[in-house]
Amino acid sequence: MTALSSVDKYPGGEPSGPPPVRGSGGEGAEPPGSAALAPRSFLARNPSVFWFLAILIGFTALVTVLSPALGAEVISTSFIKTLGKTLCLCLVALAMDVVWGYTGILSLGHMAFFALGGYMIGQWLMYARTEEIVLTSLAGTPIPPTAAEVAQGVATQIFGVVGSSEMPAIWSFAHSLPAQLALVVLVPGLLAFLFGWLAFRSRVTGVYLSILTQAMTLALSLYLFQNDSGLRGNNGLSGLQNLPGAAQIGQDRLSLWFFWASAAALALTYLLLAWALSGKFGSVLRAIRDDEARVRFLGYPVEAYKIFVFTGTAVLCGLAGALYYPQAGIINPAELAPIASIYLAVWVAIGGRGRLYGAVLGAVFVSLLSSWFTGGRAPSIPLGFYTVNWVDWWQVLLGLAFVLVTLFAPKGLGGLVDMAQKIRTPDRKGAPLGPDDGALQEREAQE
Amino acid sequence: MSALLEVSGVSVTFDGFRAINNLSFTIGPAEMRAVIGPNGAGKTTFMDIVTGKTKPDTGKVLWGEKSVSLLSLSEAQIARAGIGRKFQRPTVFEDQSVAENLVLALKSPRGPLAALRFALSGPGRDRVLDLAREVGLSDHLARKAGELSHGQKQWLEIAMLLAQEPRLLLVDEPAAGMTGVEREHTTAMLVEMARTRAVVVVEHDMDFVRRLNCKVTVLHEGSVLAEGSLDHVTSDPTVIDVYLGRG
Ligand SMILES: Nc1ncnc2c1ncn2[C@@H]1O[C@H](COP(=O)(O)OP(=O)(O)OP(=O)(O)O)[C@@H](O)[C@H]1O
Ligand SMILES: [Mg+2]
Repeated sequence: MTALSSVDKYPGGEPSGPPPVRGSGGEGAEPPGSAALAPRSFLARNPSVFWFLAILIGFTALVTVLSPALGAEVISTSFIKTLGKTLCLCLVALAMDVVWGYTGILSLGHMAFFALGGYMIGQWLMYARTEEIVLTSLAGTPIPPTAAEVAQGVATQIFGVVGSSEMPAIWSFAHSLPAQLALVVLVPGLLAFLFGWLAFRSRVTGVYLSILTQAMTLALSLYLFQNDSGLRGNNGLSGLQNLPGAAQIGQDRLSLWFFWASAAALALTYLLLAWALSGKFGSVLRAIRDDEARVRFLGYPVEAYKIFVFTGTAVLCGLAGALYYPQAGIINPAELAPIASIYLAVWVAIGGRGRLYGAVLGAVFVSLLSSWFTGGRAPSIPLGFYTVNWVDWWQVLLGLAFVLVTLFAPKGLGGLVDMAQKIRTPDRKGAPLGPDDGALQEREAQE
Repeated sequence: MSALLEVSGVSVTFDGFRAINNLSFTIGPAEMRAVIGPNGAGKTTFMDIVTGKTKPDTGKVLWGEKSVSLLSLSEAQIARAGIGRKFQRPTVFEDQSVAENLVLALKSPRGPLAALRFALSGPGRDRVLDLAREVGLSDHLARKAGELSHGQKQWLEIAMLLAQEPRLLLVDEPAAGMTGVEREHTTAMLVEMARTRAVVVVEHDMDFVRRLNCKVTVLHEGSVLAEGSLDHVTSDPTVIDVYLGRG
């Protein structure tokens, strides 16, 4: 802001002609309109932050009290894992909302970054855990095993399933937790940066960009399905729920720890994003979403913003994946199938894009509903001639809900909050409500 | 007097149609220029070329004391170099408040990290308030720009242009959709601006151009037909033939 202090006032000050409308500020009083520019506190600018944190903290406390780790057998360990995983999905939904709802980039590839984060942490979990097992089994032998023998044992254990006993080069850092944690950030970050560099700088936008992100996701998942990809092909990585060196700690406690970590990560991310988006940065992103050409003529490097947002949200997804997959226990290439990223867009659309809590609402609502329907707990509906089995029909229902929301309630569930607050929606004189790329996923979601 | 902007020998072809044909144009650092010409003469395309939206097939566009070529710069770089533009249709960010629109335009570092660190300083706030007062939008700062009337959007865009502090302003039909009183106010503001910077105004309304009281460039079929005072060009027989005669 140093540039501003040297700025001269508008030369001449008062215009000579009669101004069309004038504010009615008296002499010496606050200049008219200054209230709209007065600095406001963080919470005043982000009223949702208080409610979000209060609900999240309350919820975390409740789950903790009811958890098996504290002796109360009200909710099961596996349900705590489901809740913890849902919090991680909320994190990804936040990232998707920033990239799509705020910046207008309909990325259909962010679940790939999520899965990459999972793979990176999974490598360490699996390696370190297998090493423990190998060491224990070799402990009985009279001569202590050499490092090479241990490494060979680990490689055979992990890669026997794909008919190999050699450790691929991409496992070079798998023994080191700090290195794999760095990769959780670096691998999705670098991939997103490279993609953004190529796509945004050549000004690919709209549906074409969405298709490119799908292509990237598909290519990555097909590559990982191969047995010689170095990541165990379609077997993926498993046993990730077992923390190395923590065998004596039960899953009931571990699940609670991961639940807490997920809640903390979600809270921190929400705070960080609310801060970034409520200021000028958020204003620029929304401007890019609504009219990127105009933003360029104001001097903003639009491509740099897009690459920044795309990469930043990819890193966020990677971190979310690193928290999610230890709770899921297993990761395989199906996790980054293109459809997963489309679902992510559906969550955000149903929750209400362009507002952070909308993304969280959508992720919680749809993913919990989805696990209820597909978990076989929803009662089938016998129609006499046909029985509606929800495991099959849930997808149709979701696709339909998505189409209806896109057509009739573009604000999604978040619109309900508006209604409750009686916020008058601005008359936009027929202008579009944001990025109009919905058509692509509508079709795909129905498939 | 050295030129601030020098366009020479520029041509642009759209699908075989030559929209700009060997156009040359020069403007000094504190000068007002009116550009007139019939519909389709290439006035908007000329602005597209200067602001980097359209790349010409041939010709040179040189900027500033160091005669930097604008042809190799992106739109954003050209805007940062000091060229501001007002579009024919008012384009403001409808989903954001009037205040947010002005803060977006306010001269400041433009990168993502700078935007993250940005906080509206005292002088910046004063500047936004001054600009809003000047265009009569003080009472509307908190409203969404999309709720404004057509004329108010024009004013907001003019205020945004001023907030950018450009050295050259390209203004495309500023008075469209304004009442007589508002037109006079716009004229006064443009004349005031041209005291410290270069202003190029495209306008169809001859009364408006007359009040600007400046040199006039007549465009026709993508090249300069005549240049000089309004009286001079309006008495030029070729101008009368292609433009005034028909209107
Ligand atoms: N992107 C484009 N593609 C094809 N033709 C174009 C393009 N932009 C402009 N043209 C053509 O170039 C010619 C000049 O257009 P331009 O918009 O510059 O005219 P103008 O002088 O601004 O007219 P008006 O007074 O109506 O605003 C027109 O015939 C127009 O159809
Ligand atoms: Mg035009």
